[in-house]
Formats: sequence, structure tokens, C-alpha cells
Amino acid sequence: MTPDLPAILTRLHAALPTAAIAHLRNPSPSAQDSLLVAPESLVAVCQFLRNTADLDFDLLSNVTGVDWPEPAKADAVAVPPEGTTPLACGFLEVVYHLYSTSLRIGPLVLRTRTTDRAEQVHIPSVVAVYRSAEYQEREIFDLFGVCFTGHPDLRRILMWDEFLDHPMRKDYVAPDDYQYEPTPHDAVLEKAKKYYPAKAEI
Amino acid sequence: MISNPSMPPAASPASKPELDEDQLLHVSLGPQHPSTHGVFRMNVVLDGETVVSLKPVFGYLHRNHEKIAEGVTYLSSMPFTDRLDYICPLTNNWAYAQAVEKLAGIEVPERAEYIRIITAELTRLINHTAFVGFFLGDMGAWGSALMYAFREREKILDLFEDLTGARMMSNFMRFGGCRNDLPDGWAARARVLVDEFPRFLDELENLITGNEILIARTQNIGALPKETLINGGITGPMLRAAGVAYDIRKAEPYGIYDRFKFRIPLGTTGDCYDRLMIRFLELRESLAILRQALDQLPAGAYIHPKAKIRNFKPPVGEAYARIESPKGELGFHLISNGTANPFRYRIRPPSFINLTLLEDMCLGLDLADVVLILGSVDIVLGEVDR
Repeated sequence: MTPDLPAILTRLHAALPTAAIAHLRNPSPSAQDSLLVAPESLVAVCQFLRNTADLDFDLLSNVTGVDWPEPAKADAVAVPPEGTTPLACGFLEVVYHLYSTSLRIGPLVLRTRTTDRAEQVHIPSVVAVYRSAEYQEREIFDLFGVCFTGHPDLRRILMWDEFLDHPMRKDYVAPDDYQYEPTPHDAVLEKAKKYYPAKAEI
Repeated sequence: MISNPSMPPAASPASKPELDEDQLLHVSLGPQHPSTHGVFRMNVVLDGETVVSLKPVFGYLHRNHEKIAEGVTYLSSMPFTDRLDYICPLTNNWAYAQAVEKLAGIEVPERAEYIRIITAELTRLINHTAFVGFFLGDMGAWGSALMYAFREREKILDLFEDLTGARMMSNFMRFGGCRNDLPDGWAARARVLVDEFPRFLDELENLITGNEILIARTQNIGALPKETLINGGITGPMLRAAGVAYDIRKAEPYGIYDRFKFRIPLGTTGDCYDRLMIRFLELRESLAILRQALDQLPAGAYIHPKAKIRNFKPPVGEAYARIESPKGELGFHLISNGTANPFRYRIRPPSFINLTLLEDMCLGLDLADVVLILGSVDIVLGEVDR
């Protein structure tokens, strides 16, 4: 059963008057709307959703990172309410899918955004509220470069520790680790030309 | 162990003053070790034989499937989903097809839904019987139980080969249905298999359940409170073994699961013994679903006549869809920006997230129990590392 987002939003505004939360519309046929939560209110919102008995969102099923170099594209996927000023620079986004195992409601989609993609990439960790975020936040840190403040053990998880870049970023360029192939063709052949001199014409 | 989910995660052993660092033994278990079910590694710290810390190390099979999927069309990722949990390719196919269907609003014909359910439940038979074999192997009963399980698995794989052309890498679902219809006589042969399967199950259960060594090794091992398991994102048989009635086939019926009569078996304590038994009971329920589905199988189209195979571009938006895969909740989160390639393609892998509480389950137990607990989680590294 999909959650009643306007009702949940009203209750969140009543319980957390200072929290900045907006209802974003999803234009796709899936109609899974989401709530945009400011990073500083994220943990309080999660605590409210988990601890309120008649909401009881006890299962944080999925945590995902998304890289948005162009903010206009993000606004097309998750449409902000009328009158919101569009963002100027790209950002990293973390999306949470919450479910209630007892009330069988879900997914409640929360999203939160960093200020930019370079320096201010800090989001508070929700591991203290939802333990299931532990490895998923590490994965987002590893692949997207979002820093989760308050995470108990923020290390790379899938890439090796010495790796420097964040491969899931849209502007990531794979290293040129060309290796010999017996019969190079297509893209490999193009790359091979850089490494081997052209054969002399006979 | 954490009993209250609102408490912070377990403290590292370094903060416990009673342990003498000189007396601790650091063991790197894996990645090349038969008990780790693939290239999985655990850095274990032992005080004598007792585990005081266990840190999983991931990524030996990482190929960044999610990044590769962003560079190809939606359909091109379908064969790649087979390689996630390679024991159960057909449920992976279904989860992905379902997410794309949600994203693009595609209808699925009735016959296709039946074919999907039949293949998915046959996959569950494969997974759970193989689980029993591997689990007994972890316990030291190396070979026999696994060979019994694989003998039956091979019969189901023969059916899959006739249906999809491949034993394991099926690439069978399409957005709006399935790739092809059931071959002639396939449903009758599946029916024979389903009718004969309980005899094998009885045999296997007789061999295993009353065994004194099995009971001594598995009971009261690796149990955690329900609240901790839910908070840790544990799904699937692991969660139900602890007595939480949460099965996506009932909680949020996808496909046509709401038409079938079946029960959700529940355990009581959630120890390794319950986790093994819950799989036996789920096998029986899967057989009940298979019997009903094969009886009701309607005629009709196996794929929606207007389903687009080429030049498929879902509308702008996002969708999250999940299914009850044999290992737990398998979800796909897709973001489309209107082009032929997904803008973001995320897999919610049950094996990976079910490992979140591995350390909590193992602390204070012997190293030999770690192997059993890891076995009872039922991981596949293709899915853990993606």
C-alpha cells in the first residue's frame, strides 16, 4: 500500500516545525512521490517516522546515491512544488526507501541533497536510527563520494582502500589500463593504435 | 549483542579493557575459502576460540554492474541481471522486468504472469534445496547432502533449459511478458516434477532433521531479537525464521500472488536451526503455489502485443519495485530521464544487506559457528559485490 504523503507531511510539519520538508511529484506512471528533507532534519524525520506508532516505518529497505551534475534534470524526475527557485549547481542526492512491516505501507521515499558535488558533500548518517544503512552508506561514500557524518565506520567497501575516485559519478573517467589483446578490434583496436606503431605498407 | 534497536552499533573490541591485545589472534578468513561461498573475506579477531570482532571485506567480485547498466539500454541489462544471484536468475529477471514495467506503466498478460510465477517458484525450489546442501557442507557433511540437492536441481535446470535455452543464464523476462512461450509438453513435465518433488523432500528431511550433530551444531546459534533484525534490514527467510510474518508475496502482492493459497512458515527463535527448517517449509509452500499455477495456467499471449523491444524509452521519472527473491527482498530503483539508457540503475541486493548484522550474530561464539552462521545467511557473491 502506498503511503499517504500529504497526511504524513502535515504530521511532520506539526511535529518538527523547523524542519524543511517538501513534497516532490514523480511524473512517471509509478507515481511514487517523495519527500525532500533538508540534511540537518534528516535524522529527526527518520526518528519520527520510526517511533510514531501509527506510522511505524521500521524497515529502511534501500539507500541509494544519485549524482546530478545538472539540477534541471533532477527537477524533471522529482518535480518540486510551484514557486520553488531552481538550484544553481549540481549536487549529490541520497534516496531512502522506507517500509512498515507491521502496517504493510511503503515505499515512503525520502531524499536529501548535498549543497554541491565537490566540497560540501556531507549528509548526516542514519545508522543510529536504521542499522540497515550501515553498509549501504559505506557503498554510497565509496561510489559517489557522499560523506556521512556520524557513521561508525566510514570506509570504502567495494573499491579497494587505495582507490581515489568515485566511479559512480557521472563525470568519472575510467583509467586507461589498456592490455594486449591478440586480435584487437573496434574500440580496442582504436586504443591499441596508441600503443603500437602502424605496420609498414608492403 | 544489541537488544534495543535505538542503541548505537556494537562497540569495537579495542574499547573493551579486559581483552589483552597480545593474546588476540587475527585471522583473515577467505577470500579463497570454500566456506565463504565465493570470494568473501572476514577479518576475524579471536580470543582463544571465541570471536571478539568480525569485519567483512567486500568487493572481490565487484564489476560495478550499476555503472555498466547506465551505459546500455534497458533491455541490455536483462542478461546481466542473471549474473547477480546466479543460483536464481529467473527471479532477478522478474525483479528487473517489474521495475521497468512500473517505470513505464506496461501491462503484463495473464499467461505471462503465470509463467513468471511458475519459473520463480521453481527457482525457489532450486535455491532452497541447494541451500540445504551447502549448509550441511558448511557443517562438515561435505558432499552427500549437496549431491542429493544437486540431483534434484538438475531436473529443474533441464526444464529451464528447454524453456529459456540455458540452464542458468536464462535472460528470459521481457518488459511486458516473457521472451517465449512454454514449449509443447513443458507444463506436463513440470507437473510431473512437482508431483515427484515431495518424495525427495521427505527423504532429505528424514536424513537431516533428527540428526543429533545437526541439532547440537545449529540450535541457539546466531539468533538475534526480531526488532534488531528488522532494524538491520534483514529480509527473507532469515527474518521469518525469527517469527516476523513479513513476506512481500503477502505484504505487497506483486504479479498474481494474491490468487494463490499458500502459508508463510514462521520460526520461533531465529537460530540457525530455524533458518534451515524455514527453508524446508517454504519448499512445501512453493510446491503448493506451483500446483495451483500449473492447474490454472490460461491460454493467451506470453508477452503484451504492444510491448516495445526496440527503441524503448520510458517516460521521465523514477520507480522502485521489489520482489520476494529466495534470499530476501530484491529491489530495483530506476531513474529515467527519457532516453534509452537508465539515468540511475540501483539494485537492492538481499544477500549484501542481510550481512549487515553478521558481526552481531557471531560475537561471543566459536569460529566454527561463524561458518555456519554465514551459511545460514545464504549469500551469493555475484549479488553481494555486484
